[in-house]
Amino acid sequence: MSIKRRAALKGLAGGLVGGLAAPLVLRHAALGADPIKVVGIHDASGGLDIYGKPMIACLDFAVDEVNASGGLLGRPVELINYDPQSNIQLYTQFATQAATKDHAAVVQGGITSASREAIRPILDRYRTLYFYNTQYEGGVCDRNCFCTGSTPAQNVQKLMPYIMPKWGKKIYVVAADYNYGQITSKWITKYAHDGGGEVVAVDFFPLDVTDFGPAIQKIQQAKPDVVISALVGGAHVSFYRQWAAAGMKTRIPMASTTFGGGNETLILSPEEANGIVCAYSYFQEVDTPANKAFLEKFHAKMAPNAPYLGAELAMRTYVGFNLWAEGVRKANTIERMKVIEALETGIENDGPPGKTIIDPKTNHVTLNVYLAEAHDRGFKVLQSFPDQPPSDTQMVCNLQKNPNENKQYIIDIKT
Amino acid sequence: MRSAFEIIAAIIVALAAMFMLPRILELFALINATVYVSMAVLALSLALVWGFGGILCFGQAAFFGLGGYAYAVAAINFADTTLAVPVALAVPALVAAALGYVMFFGRISDVYMGAITLTLTLILFNFVNSTAGDQWRIGAAPLGGFNGIPATPPLNFPGDPGNPLPPETIFLVAVFALLLCYILAKLTLRSRFGRICVAIRENERRAELLGYDVRFYKLGIFTLGAAMAGLAGMLFANCVFVSPTMFSLFYSGQIIIWVMVGGLGTLIGPVIGAILLNLLTTWAGTLPDINPSLILGVVLVLAVLMVPKGVLPSLTGGLGRLRPGSGAR
Amino acid sequence: MDIFLAVGFQVLSGIATLFITSLGLAIIFGMMRVINLAHGEFLMLGAYAAILSARAGLNIWLAMLVVAPLVVGVIGLIVERLIIRRLYGRMIDTMLATWGLSLALIGAVTMIFGNTVAGFSAPLGSFAIGGFTASAYALFLIFAAIFMLFGVWIVLRFTSAGLIARGTMQNAEMAAALGVAPERVYAVTFAAGSALSGLAGALIAPFSGVVPTMGTSYIAKAFITVITGGAAMLAGTFSASFLLGAVSTFGTFATTPVFGEVMMLAVAIVLLRLLPQGITGRFFRRAL
Repeated sequence: MSIKRRAALKGLAGGLVGGLAAPLVLRHAALGADPIKVVGIHDASGGLDIYGKPMIACLDFAVDEVNASGGLLGRPVELINYDPQSNIQLYTQFATQAATKDHAAVVQGGITSASREAIRPILDRYRTLYFYNTQYEGGVCDRNCFCTGSTPAQNVQKLMPYIMPKWGKKIYVVAADYNYGQITSKWITKYAHDGGGEVVAVDFFPLDVTDFGPAIQKIQQAKPDVVISALVGGAHVSFYRQWAAAGMKTRIPMASTTFGGGNETLILSPEEANGIVCAYSYFQEVDTPANKAFLEKFHAKMAPNAPYLGAELAMRTYVGFNLWAEGVRKANTIERMKVIEALETGIENDGPPGKTIIDPKTNHVTLNVYLAEAHDRGFKVLQSFPDQPPSDTQMVCNLQKNPNENKQYIIDIKT
Repeated sequence: MRSAFEIIAAIIVALAAMFMLPRILELFALINATVYVSMAVLALSLALVWGFGGILCFGQAAFFGLGGYAYAVAAINFADTTLAVPVALAVPALVAAALGYVMFFGRISDVYMGAITLTLTLILFNFVNSTAGDQWRIGAAPLGGFNGIPATPPLNFPGDPGNPLPPETIFLVAVFALLLCYILAKLTLRSRFGRICVAIRENERRAELLGYDVRFYKLGIFTLGAAMAGLAGMLFANCVFVSPTMFSLFYSGQIIIWVMVGGLGTLIGPVIGAILLNLLTTWAGTLPDINPSLILGVVLVLAVLMVPKGVLPSLTGGLGRLRPGSGAR
Repeated sequence: MDIFLAVGFQVLSGIATLFITSLGLAIIFGMMRVINLAHGEFLMLGAYAAILSARAGLNIWLAMLVVAPLVVGVIGLIVERLIIRRLYGRMIDTMLATWGLSLALIGAVTMIFGNTVAGFSAPLGSFAIGGFTASAYALFLIFAAIFMLFGVWIVLRFTSAGLIARGTMQNAEMAAALGVAPERVYAVTFAAGSALSGLAGALIAPFSGVVPTMGTSYIAKAFITVITGGAAMLAGTFSASFLLGAVSTFGTFATTPVFGEVMMLAVAIVLLRLLPQGITGRFFRRAL
């Protein structure tokens, strides 16, 4: 009924228009001249700001940390943050600007897979290094693009064996209607089959849908054992609300590949959120000394406005920047090919989520995965799985053999 | 006489822009300038349909989007853009002809026509937005849903697909296309067809009693405008990429604002209006605390209340008097 | 059996939402021949009025049912005085000016509250239809729609204010000769329509989320509903919401939410082709 045109209209006045928009934050470090320019492109407004804001906070923090310790190669790092306002066309404009005007050493950013696929070709064309730090559907095979988030072989593969024995094998998927949701739902189907389960239906929703009434009735009609959500963005948060309001919370359990990434646990009440099971490569609740130390520093620095880091996305942005910085130190230059080669030696970062190692075959990462359930405005970590390789992308992509490859592979499910 | 003078002036301005701008603007600004030129073509298309055909079309963005998508899909399938350009003109023109047939031969009146064109835009927007699945592909081109088609191929030299045009050349192509559209519109209006269209706008009943088939002329100018909007979509696709936002209500609204502010019933006014308002909103986007929507909205309200003839005709005062029927109705 | 009841309930709730969000626009169009394209933003302002006063500690029902219509009614009064009044009889110009107003309001609210989705949960629990459960708030919306339909009808049909308003709309000069000030009637009518839009915005807020651009998703559908309904504002809007709302919800069940909406829009185009004056141009012509 009420399909929202919001995503499309969002910031549209800014649409074509924001082309020359001023950078949101300019961080000039006091380290002398000729800074290294790093561009961050994350949505600070619009339907995706629930993800973007903590990511920006973490990137700011990471840059400040590097500058406080003397910068990179003796030069300060200047961070330019752009806000594409949840509008894909602004992503392309800012990416062009980062490459052709700012001459950035690296672009860190992109949240949805749609935004990544919009800026990846531009940064390839203008030969600007790109880091995508979000968990996503896997399959990107591009030497210029480092994907530092977890992928289905790392998260969905841990989620399914947990929920199917516990709740049942009849699965209903609700997913966002763009490449992330489309491809992730295929992975969910694959891992359900692997575990002897069955996906009874997959429903897709455009990012601006907020009325899930008919969808919830349809789910009730199908009577699944478990619902898996791959919904994305601020508008889709109403699904969890309406799910609880319809009294379904106590009747059908839920798992999600996206819940928590946008701090939904804070937006919703505990009654609406508790018990939803997720798998990510980081939760703020991860109980390690490294994480504790990081959080102390982070809160001290950002207080009182430190965002809750929830699940993965913000932390991956922090790790992604540090991986790049490590690559620059190793290459001893910011020249793109030299940095790529340095990163492909298997650079690793031992940060708050544990060890992250770049996989030179795919330019993805090997990382730790944690399984958790939403609990009282946060998460309760249930299990952890160290050193999980990006085996999904590894199946199709080998950049050492085909360094000039540049595409996103899409899994082919045989049903 | 006057038309000839205006056409020569337009040619001089266009040549100057083609010669000067690539030399003084850096690449990023030049790409933005190309976007503005495509917007100007779009404004010109509605200036023709609304200002001279008297058809208030709330859905000009539909033809803009169709042009862009038709171009992208054809270019990917043919692996060459030479033939994709005529496709980008033909698809919106055909859709406009079909829709125009429904509207004009159904004798649908003003507001209802607005509702129908608006509805078409919404249908296309919703439809294209939901084509993310694998089953939605035309030949080799996936429609991509919400993503759009990020890999929209840029124009290549005609017949030489391995040789894509650099952004600087695409700017020249865009300016040339705008000039061509302007001259075409001028000549159309000087022709018998164009003069009858204006007569219908002035008084539909009278034109009909004089023996003209009003429906046919309206259909003609509506279709021509749609093809022009398709060309604008093609140019836009060349500097950004095609995505469902091209069909959005906001674009439809913006076009109306450009024409309204630039001067309804003129051709050059909307072109200048589109470029100036784009510059204005771009500038507004750089102000940290001002939202560009606010400025655009206030400009439109003030334009309607204070200068219903359009800002440019009012500014040029004496000149406005010479133009045929520049009153907003 | 349960499934029919459950689907039927969703259909009713779809119809009710469409009717609620169209009524304010319908009254202003039906009475004054003014198409208020800032209608969507009036909805948005109503939603903000409700959510802000609720956050300030006001009872949620009071915020939704009283504060929202009052605030937006006053805004409507100001808009009428500053803009609409200067443009009576110039339908296209009014549409353009209110479109500008709509953009300006989106921009202003974005600057004040940020382009961020706020929301609150539906303030009622759930209830069961056989084996199905549904949100009780959706049921409340259906009753609210019925209440608004009859409320407006009673005011127009049985009160002297309604009589004066209808008389002025039919023949302003005659009404003026009888001692009514048409200007005041127009102002009050516009404010009343705005207040209904504000109320509608507050009512749909728990489902839609509150964001500066929320109006844009409703204005087009409301506009199409009102136009499809035709001249008789209550009968027209009701019949058009009924038809279009039912098509859209059934379509959603049968396919996807998007195609549900596409079907609804396609039906609207066909209807306008067959009935160029809207539904009430042919049927229920004597109705209000």
